[in-house]
Order: sequence, then structure tokens, then C-alpha cells
Amino acid sequence: MTDIRKKLVLVGNGMAGVRAIEHLLKLSPEAYEITIFGSEPHPNYNRIMLSSVLAGGSSMEEIIINDLEWYHSHGIRLYMGHTITSIDTAKRKVYSDKGIVMPYDELILATGSNPFMLPLPGAEKEGVIAFRDIKDCQIMQETSQSYRKAVVIGGGLLGLEAARGLLHLGMEVSVVHIHPYIMERQLDEPASVMLRKELEEQGMKFLLNKQSEAILGKKRVKGLLFADGEIADADLIVMAVGIKPNVELAQKSGVQTNRGIVVNDYMETNIPGIYAVGECAEHRGIAYGLVAPLYEQGAVLAKRLAGVPTDGYPGSVTSTKLKVSGVDVFSAGQFTERTGTRALRYQDEIEGIYKKLVIQDDQLVGAVLFGDTGDGAQLFSMIKNGENIKGKEKELLLGVSSDALASPKGNRLEGMADDEIICGCNGVSKGTIAEAIQSGGCTSVGQIKACTKASASCGGCKPLVEGLLQLYAGDNVVTVKEGICGCTTLGRDEIVAEIKRMELKTVKEVMNVLEWNTEEGCAKCRPSLNYYLGMLWPEEYIDEKESRITNERYHANIQKDGTYSVVPRIYGGVTSPAELMKIAEVAAKFEVPLVKFTGGQRLDLLGVKKEDLPKMWEELDMPSGHAYGKTLRTVKTCVGSTFCRFGTQDAMGMGIRLEKAFERLNTPGKVKLAVSGCPRNCAEATIKDFGVVAIDGGWELHIGGNGGVHVRATDLLGVVKTDDEVIEWASAFLQYYREQAGWNERTAQWVERVGLDSIKEVLEVRENRLALQERIHTALSVTTDPWKQIVNEPELRKNFEQLSEMKTV
Amino acid sequence: MTKMLVGKVTDIDIKGSRIVRVGDHEIALFRLSDGEVLAVENKCPHKGGALSEGMVCGSKVHCPLHDWRIDLHTGVVQEPDHGHVVTYEVEVDQSNGSIYLTERSL
Ligand SMILES: Cc1cc2nc3c(=O)[nH]c(=O)nc-3n(C[C@H](O)[C@H](O)[C@H](O)COP(=O)(O)OP(=O)(O)OC[C@H]3O[C@@H](n4cnc5c(N)ncnc54)[C@H](O)[C@@H]3O)c2cc1C
Ligand code: SF4
Ligand code: FES
Repeated sequence: MTDIRKKLVLVGNGMAGVRAIEHLLKLSPEAYEITIFGSEPHPNYNRIMLSSVLAGGSSMEEIIINDLEWYHSHGIRLYMGHTITSIDTAKRKVYSDKGIVMPYDELILATGSNPFMLPLPGAEKEGVIAFRDIKDCQIMQETSQSYRKAVVIGGGLLGLEAARGLLHLGMEVSVVHIHPYIMERQLDEPASVMLRKELEEQGMKFLLNKQSEAILGKKRVKGLLFADGEIADADLIVMAVGIKPNVELAQKSGVQTNRGIVVNDYMETNIPGIYAVGECAEHRGIAYGLVAPLYEQGAVLAKRLAGVPTDGYPGSVTSTKLKVSGVDVFSAGQFTERTGTRALRYQDEIEGIYKKLVIQDDQLVGAVLFGDTGDGAQLFSMIKNGENIKGKEKELLLGVSSDALASPKGNRLEGMADDEIICGCNGVSKGTIAEAIQSGGCTSVGQIKACTKASASCGGCKPLVEGLLQLYAGDNVVTVKEGICGCTTLGRDEIVAEIKRMELKTVKEVMNVLEWNTEEGCAKCRPSLNYYLGMLWPEEYIDEKESRITNERYHANIQKDGTYSVVPRIYGGVTSPAELMKIAEVAAKFEVPLVKFTGGQRLDLLGVKKEDLPKMWEELDMPSGHAYGKTLRTVKTCVGSTFCRFGTQDAMGMGIRLEKAFERLNTPGKVKLAVSGCPRNCAEATIKDFGVVAIDGGWELHIGGNGGVHVRATDLLGVVKTDDEVIEWASAFLQYYREQAGWNERTAQWVERVGLDSIKEVLEVRENRLALQERIHTALSVTTDPWKQIVNEPELRKNFEQLSEMKTV
Repeated sequence: MTKMLVGKVTDIDIKGSRIVRVGDHEIALFRLSDGEVLAVENKCPHKGGALSEGMVCGSKVHCPLHDWRIDLHTGVVQEPDHGHVVTYEVEVDQSNGSIYLTERSL
């Protein structure tokens, strides 16, 4: 059988190219037959983290983004260790150095860049390397075991990270730099000098103003000779003096190149069917050397290949950060002085803080911060906006208004005007934050983040937010910096924000990109990430059953003896003789040891052997009651107006309608509902997550109740008139909870944490309710009955049986 | 010492497990994300939880009952808890994916 799918070939198995493929597989998994060629003998890995591998933070295995199984399971043909040497653009074929000829319909070039190697005499000697890939990293590690002296040529970001790593490996490290000061592309001289001192304290040596002339040694490097005649001993030389886009293949195949491979906003080159992404591409004159822009490019390319409409890639605004522990550096814009610019500086060598602002025509055009980078985000946004800052210059530098400067004990934050923007990313002013603390009752940065969005994006303004918290909440401040589990220091909000910002789509990817400190997470973070991803991308995300808690993996409650319990769904607690008989028959047939009514008006068949589960479900032929998961469990009802003499509304009908509307919904914690037919409240609706109590001519809606360890009565959310409104508010409340709460956080805890008012404020706006309702519909539309699925799919069903083959050999 | 053919690698999901019963021993076989297959007795040293039902993280399994963590290579319970489970020798025939289990302990 011949494959009629279009053939897609990717050259370059690195971060940008594979990222585009991952996106494409989600948008259109079947559209292409995919082949990937990569020169490196490894599956796709996270290059950024090589610095952290060197510095001892991660192992090589941990930085693999997609293992071989991933390629296999997506039907991708992978040629590792194959370099494509030419492209026949007329016949649409690529040729590898190992003799493979591969035809293509669409071709992606993602060849990355090459480290720039100084053409010094002796540069070919053993022990002279770059810092680019796993091989370089391995050489550094091996060398450190038998040699002592390392020299890094290049005092930029990459060079300093390499040097930090080599120090960690126990080598003596000298950084050679041609300029009089390091990181001159990001810092001005005073900041650079402060950075150098900090690094010298960590053990690095610096040889500045040095022009390298030749590499000495016989077969292996022995030293580095400088133009001034001096020699530095070296057993290893790492060159980190820059990169150049790898355009050779494109160039000789007739694809238009400049510094990089020239592409338009859709990542198309001048040749039909050939695209380029990543460091090798040049878009509107810029070849980026950072990951974030490459990911954005990859998303656009995937959409184009999948035939999904897209606005195209507009270019990126970037920022860089030095990944060296204990050093905070920030710089942006045009920070060196030229004619026409004026500068303001603040230097405190005791605290190790330096700030500089560069101003032109009353506008901020550049800034450098060292030691205290808290104002970075705010300054960056002013640079981009180009607003007039006349008269405010000193205030910006010192964070204090002129008035406050005059007053003897002026707190810089106190003196700041209320409408001053603290969080540039989300445009949150000082006044908004102060109010959240003073009247909103926020007592931690996390809460401020949750209710104002300040510091929810890049986090650069966090120090300022902390300062305001200290100022206005004083002793009430709760300091919490604990990650969601031991595998990370990131909290729930930070993780969710990062998943959204970088469009992360798998648990593994989140762990990789957010630098988890464990191999594959733990039983706490894995289910949380799985939940957040499913919540954020309901239609695209493929649920990872291996990251679900036991109950949800086997769709039954695990009991203390390893047996399970089966609870069929009984909508609103209302059943029929036929349904009861069926349950009774199945219970008898499988010799269920105990049958019990649950607290939520259903029948619990306890003590079932795991291997009997699928057979029982098959015979029951009833929907799964989800009595085991973080999901809608039951909707308890009273008899209401149907039979009760007090009842004012049809409680059973409302309960059944709610249960049918929300069954199978994934939620952060388990969710229980109840509907009572009058204020006598026989269904105990005021200790449920969402309780509905009928009144004359309408319904009261209650939220955040809990009958568990800490009994909590509900808060009244509001009163509505019609049944449809009950559904509308319930949908909005449940979806808002799904989007805002942490995994494993019940509504009761959540309502207490964020406050009833903050929830009311959102839900009272009809547009918000409708938008939330629409999102919950999307989430519900992709759910399926797990019992049915397991009964019908042998691949799932097998997990309930023991291995059958057993032959002694 | 007996060596048995118990199944194929593809019978076990990645990060999943299956069990076999040998005499009155229940043995859980796990398939790690790197493809390795490991086997331990299916009984948590704490209160006998079925390890086969636990979540596999790296080369450790979290017991489904009270979250003890057990290293599948060594059978050793991870800090802060203590104890160990019996491990079994597993061989995978790379050509056809057959899994062989050797019982030393009987
Ligand atoms: C040590 C280090 C630290 C970094 N730190 C950061 C950081 O903190 N933040 C950040 O944003 N960025 C950082 N970067 C930069 C980031 O890693 C790159 O921007 C990113 O990896 C580029 O992705 P790419 O897919 O374009 O190229 P690559 O990931 O380099 O992939 C290109 C691949 O194509 C292969 N290839 C090339 N030619 C051929 C051919 N003809 N046939 C087959 N295969 C070919 C190459 O072998 C390579 O594997 C760092 C880089 C390094 C080296
Ligand atoms: S809550 Fe009211 S309607 Fe429902 S059973 Fe009790 S008294 Fe009757
Ligand atoms: S039985 Fe395994 S942790 Fe308690």
C-alpha cells in the first residue's frame, strides 16, 4: 500500500524544527508522512539546559525533550547522525551524507547556527572546542577529570555560563575577553565591573583587553598566546565568541540567504515548498538567537502547514538573562551614551546595586540594572512606549518622587503616585495593588497576583509588589514560596501562566522547559500538570492516563485490600425498578461482598476484583458514576414539589438536569452538587460545592460548601428566577473554579483563599458568565464515558488482566 | 531457578504495569519510559498496597495507597520511609520483544 499523505521533511532535529512538528501533529496529526534528519546522534534535546548540565543542575537524560519512543509513536522516520548535504529543489529531493535520498512535498530547514570559531593558528588542536552541543558538554566533563586549566575565549553570556560550568567541574577557569570589560553588549562599564567582581568571588579569573593570537601545543592544546606576547596555560580552550546562522545548505541549493535564510511572515523562503525556522532563519532582517522567538515561529509554520488560518509572525521582542546563580543583571534598549543622549546613574558599591537610565528628547531609550532588577519590567515598558518622562527622571532612577526625596524618611514606594504602573506586562498601577492589600485582604504576592494580575507574567516587578505588601500589610504578610511539590519551586499560577505563554502542550515539555528537578515528576505534580494542560487546551491536549491518580486510571475506587468499588450513575438519585434489578443481578452474579447506599444517593458495589471490573461494566451497561475522581460526583436532591407538601420547585428535575449537564467534567478537586425544593433544605445543599435551594418563584445559588474534614457552610452567590439561569450560573462558577483553583483545591478552600467578592465580581457580569459557559461546553464536548471506552477497546482493557503468556523455558 | 516467558514488551503500556502470578506470588512488571522492563513483588512493605496500580515516575513507583516510593531497580523504599521489596530478574529479547522473568527467590 502506498502512503498517499504528503511528504514532509525536516532538516535539523533541534529545538525550533521539532517544536514546529509537535505543533503540527496536534493541529493535523494525519496530514503528513514525516521524516527528520539530524546531524547529532541524539533525539531532540533542550539546548538551553546544557549550561545547567555543566553547572550540575541537570543530567543529560533530563534534558531530552522527545525520546525515541515519541518519534516512533507518531510514525516519524528519524535519521539521527545524518547530515543533509544537498537539496534538489526542482525534483524536490534531499540527499544525506550517508546516501539516503528522500523526496519531499514540503521541506523545513531548521539547521540552527554554528558557533563562530576564531581562525587562530592551532585551532584544530585537540582540546579546542565550542559550547554548542552535547558533545562539547561531554568533552568538558571528561577533560575536567584529567586536566586542571581551562580558558574560555569570550566574555559574553555564553562564555560566562561555560566558565561557571567549568568552575563547577572543579577546573581553574580564566575568561579571555577582547574588550576592556565583559558582557559589553548587554552592560555598561560600571555594571560590568560589578559583575566581574561578583564572578571573581565565585572563583573566575579574567584576562581582559586580550587579543588571542595562537594556540600552542603539539597534538593537544598547551596554552594560548596573546598579541602582547603573554601566554596563558590551558589544557582546554572553549571558544564562545558568537554564532552564525547555518545557511550553507540553503545557500548552495539556491534558497535566498542573507545573514540567515530569508523568510516572510509565514516562514516561507523564496522557493515554493521550502520553509525555514529557528536560528538559521532571518525574518525582517533579524536572525534570533533565543528560544522564545523560535517557538513563536514554529507555531506559525505549523498552522501554515496544517492549513489553519494565521496572522503570520510579526517578529519578537526579546530579553536575555544570565543563568549564573546569585547574579541579577538586566539591560534593555540603547544603553550606551551617544551624542544627544543624557544619562542618570546610581551606584551603591556597598549593597552591590547599579542603575543607569539613558534619556533622549525626554524619552527613556535605555536602561541597565545590576543587583536589583526589580524595576526592569516597568522601565522596559517605558522604553517601548516612548512616553515623555520630563520631570520624572530622578523618580524613575531612585523610585522616589521629588517630594518624597525632600522628606527625611521618604519611602520610595510610599512616595510613588497612585497611577504609576508597577506591573508593566499587565498594566497594574500602584493604586490597584494598594487597594487589593488594604481592602481586598490580600496578604501574599500570590493573592495579589490572583486578584490584580500584577507580577503574573514576567515576574520582573515582583520585588516592588513585595515592597508594597510590606508597606501596606506589614505584619500580616504571609510569605509563601513553595512550589506545587518538591520537584519545582514554581507555584500553580506561575506554572499555568508559563504553559499559556509558551503554549506548552505536554507534561514532559512543561517539566523540561520549566526546569523540573526530578526525572519524571512525582505523584503530585504529574496529575496537576495533566489537569492544567487539559483545562487550558481542552480540544488539543491528549490526556495522559499514566499521569492520573490510581482511581482515575482504573475508573473505580481503590480500597484498602486492593479491590475496587463500582458506582453506576444514578442521575439526581432517581432510579427505576428496572435499573435496580439490573444492578442487583450484576451484584449477585459477581458475588459482590457488600452493597451500600453512598452518601450521595447511589449504590456502591464494594469489594470487586480488578479483573472483574470491565465485565461488570459491560453487563451493567450504565454510565460511569465517576465516584472516584476529581470530577463531578453526585447531585443530591430532595423530592421537591413533585411529592413534598412544602416543595416550591422541581428539585429532582433540576438535579437531573445539572447532573446530565456536568457529568464527566474534570475539575481541580471533587465536586458535589445538591438541589433542595424549599428552604427546609433536606438535600443539605448548603454544604455542597454548588448548592441550589428553591424559594418561591426562584432559586438561591450557594457556593463553596464542604461536608469534609473542615465542615464549611456555603456562601450565597445570588438568587435567580429561571432554571436556565441556574445552569448558566452553575456553568460559569464551575468553569471559573476550573480555571483559577490549584489542582486538589476544593471549592471551599478556593473560595476562602480568593474571597467571595472576587468571584462575585466576575460572575455578576453576564458576558463573563456566557464566555465561561462557552468554555465549559468546549471542555465537556470532548469527554467520553470511560467505562464504555474500556469495555470496547482491548488496548485499554488488557490493563485489567494479568499477563496471560507464561511458559517455562 | 526458573526462567519463564511471560509476555511481550508491547503488552505493557509505557509508564504502566501488568502483573503475573507465579505460585502464590504476585509479581508486577513495569515498563519505564526509556523502554526498560523491571519486576518486583506486587506488595508494598507498608500495608500491602498493590504497587502495580501506582504511578511510575522515572524508575520509581508511588504506592497507590499511601504514596510510599519504591525504586524499581533495587526494590528499596525511598526516604523518609524504610523497607524493601523483592526484585526479579527480567530479560527482554530485543529481536521480538519477548519478556523473560527469572525467579531466584523461590
Ligand atoms: C549553552 C547554550 C545555552 C543557551 N541558553 C539559552 C537561554 O538561556 N535562553 C535562550 O532563549 N536561548 C539559549 N540558547 C540558544 C538556544 O539554544 C538556541 O536559540 C536554539 O537551540 C536554536 O534552535 P534551532 O532549532 O534553531 O537550532 P538547534 O537547536 O541548534 O538545532 C539545529 C539542529 O540542526 C542540525 N543540523 C544542522 N545542519 C544540518 C543538516 N544539514 N542536516 C541535518 N541536520 C542538521 C544540527 O546538528 C542541530 O542539531 C543557548 C544555547 C546554548 C548553546
Ligand atoms: S427541602 Fe423542602 S421540598 Fe425538599 S423535601 Fe425538604 S421540605 Fe420538601
Ligand atoms: S501500602 Fe503502600 S504506602 Fe501504604
